Amino acid sequence: MIHENFMKKILLKPESLKNAVLSYCPGCGHGIIHRLVAECIDELGIREKTIAVAPVGCAVFAYDYFNFDVTEAPHGRPPAVATGIKRTNPDKFVFTYQGDGDIAAIGMAETIHAANRGENITIIFVNNANYGMTGGQMAPTTLIGQVTATTPFGRDPKREGYPIKLCELLSTLEGTTYLERVAIYNPQNIIKAKKAIKKAFQCQIDGKGFSLVEVISNCPVDWGMTPLDSIKWVEETFIKSFPLGIVKDRICY
Amino acid sequence: MKKLIKGNIALCEGAITAGLKSYFGYPITPQNEIPAYLSRKMIELGRVFVQAESEIAAANMVLGAAVTGVRAMTSSSSPGISLKQEAISYMAGMQLPAVIVNVQRGGPGLGNIAGSQSDYFQAVKGGGHGDYKIIVLAPNSAQEMYETAYDAFDLAEKYRTPVMILSDGIIGQMMEPVEFNRVDKKNLPEKDWTLNGCKGREPRSIQSLLMKDGALEKHNIKLQEKYKLISENEIKYELYMIEEAEIIITAYGISSRIAKSAVKLARKNGIKAGLFRPKTLWPFPCKIINSLAKPNVKFLSVELSHGQMVEDVKLAVNGKSNVEFLGKAGGGLVTELEILEKIQ
Repeated sequence: MIHENFMKKILLKPESLKNAVLSYCPGCGHGIIHRLVAECIDELGIREKTIAVAPVGCAVFAYDYFNFDVTEAPHGRPPAVATGIKRTNPDKFVFTYQGDGDIAAIGMAETIHAANRGENITIIFVNNANYGMTGGQMAPTTLIGQVTATTPFGRDPKREGYPIKLCELLSTLEGTTYLERVAIYNPQNIIKAKKAIKKAFQCQIDGKGFSLVEVISNCPVDWGMTPLDSIKWVEETFIKSFPLGIVKDRICY
Repeated sequence: MKKLIKGNIALCEGAITAGLKSYFGYPITPQNEIPAYLSRKMIELGRVFVQAESEIAAANMVLGAAVTGVRAMTSSSSPGISLKQEAISYMAGMQLPAVIVNVQRGGPGLGNIAGSQSDYFQAVKGGGHGDYKIIVLAPNSAQEMYETAYDAFDLAEKYRTPVMILSDGIIGQMMEPVEFNRVDKKNLPEKDWTLNGCKGREPRSIQSLLMKDGALEKHNIKLQEKYKLISENEIKYELYMIEEAEIIITAYGISSRIAKSAVKLARKNGIKAGLFRPKTLWPFPCKIINSLAKPNVKFLSVELSHGQMVEDVKLAVNGKSNVEFLGKAGGGLVTELEILEKIQ
């Protein structure tokens, strides 16, 4: 008995994560975000009624990492696929996990209309300011001046337009209930990010409608930085263009 | 008791009777009766109707509903069907049952809104990217719109594959008496692959992405084996006055209705003509066509296109008979007199 108390485990892998080796690059933020999502699902006790939608992009293998039901969706279509699942099965918990290109470029129509219909789903939107999977091309959220594989001279608004602030854009729609932008560059913000994800999930559980959490993340390999430098860049540059905080909260309405 | 209704409405009734749980649509002529009718009917029945933001989204909503194992359908017309090809390819790869209705109109591009049969290639050769087939059914009356919609879901589930109902603007818009001769499907068989939450079982995933060494090759072989099985078991066709026929007209959908009249007219004029009508366009009835092909028999493919199904007829005949073509695309109909003139 003494021995058992002495050796008590204080940190476990969430049940909602499989015992898999992640395919993400060293220093990538997806691992942390996966864990936060998994912890929230465990804590809310909804693992066995969850159907998640994986994107096309770095998180395309999400079904190999999450320990609940996951379907694939074509590039940009997760909000439509989630609509099909949730409308047909309103008793299930349905969330999509999408990147910036998926949600705000090819899938913008699906995103806006799922939000505008007030679909009772949750979107975890990972914004790392580039297309990670394909080798670091310009994303809709790429910062002005940011060099990517397809903006070798830096993003020039005259040529490539401006970074899209999705939360602010969606906040104008009557159908959206909860929108928050968070980051994961230090423990304090990771705790805040988890709180936001849990709140967004609870919003769906309570039948309150469309919720989205934008997680500002880092992509050291495609940014050409060390993991530490990439975290520094998030703090010093990235979040200056994408201010953190609640963009819309109508949960209590 | 029969009821006088449009082909498009008959199709809705067939799908509802078959247990259609979720419908996702987008307006386009000449299929607008389908979303309009279902927007009321599905809600009254406590089922799902969503008018999507695009054909792309509608098809992907079907994909979402289909992963949970319910009966889901979308409908459109030619330009809209081009947009749905993305999801159709995914559903073929993910092995999802679903029903897609194409009430064909004139093309290419925006074309016009008149009935047409120029999407044959797109329907039967795959349509989207990748090496796949979908089952393609070709009703030629309002009655068959009803029955085909009813049967399509069983086929889709039996083989875990998308099924397309390839209709056209005329069959869809035409009013005909329909006998509601099918019974409500209530208890569908349990499926062991659906996503419905992992309560009491291991989590599942449904995907078409197979990156592990050799996995996609294996998957493709599995799909091809399935397609072979479908080809062996699901071919359907209609023969009309085929005995001793020296001229066999091949036609599907609205063309087959005209061709049937032409055959009657020809027989009255002492011409030994017959009609071969494929009811499944994929799988295509190759063997039976080949068995009908002889040196003294000629084939004539009649289509509202500039010659699409005729290529499959030629492949089936395999040089044993002459194969000719008569058709037009862009809105006009082939008349029975034009057919008669061609075969005289």
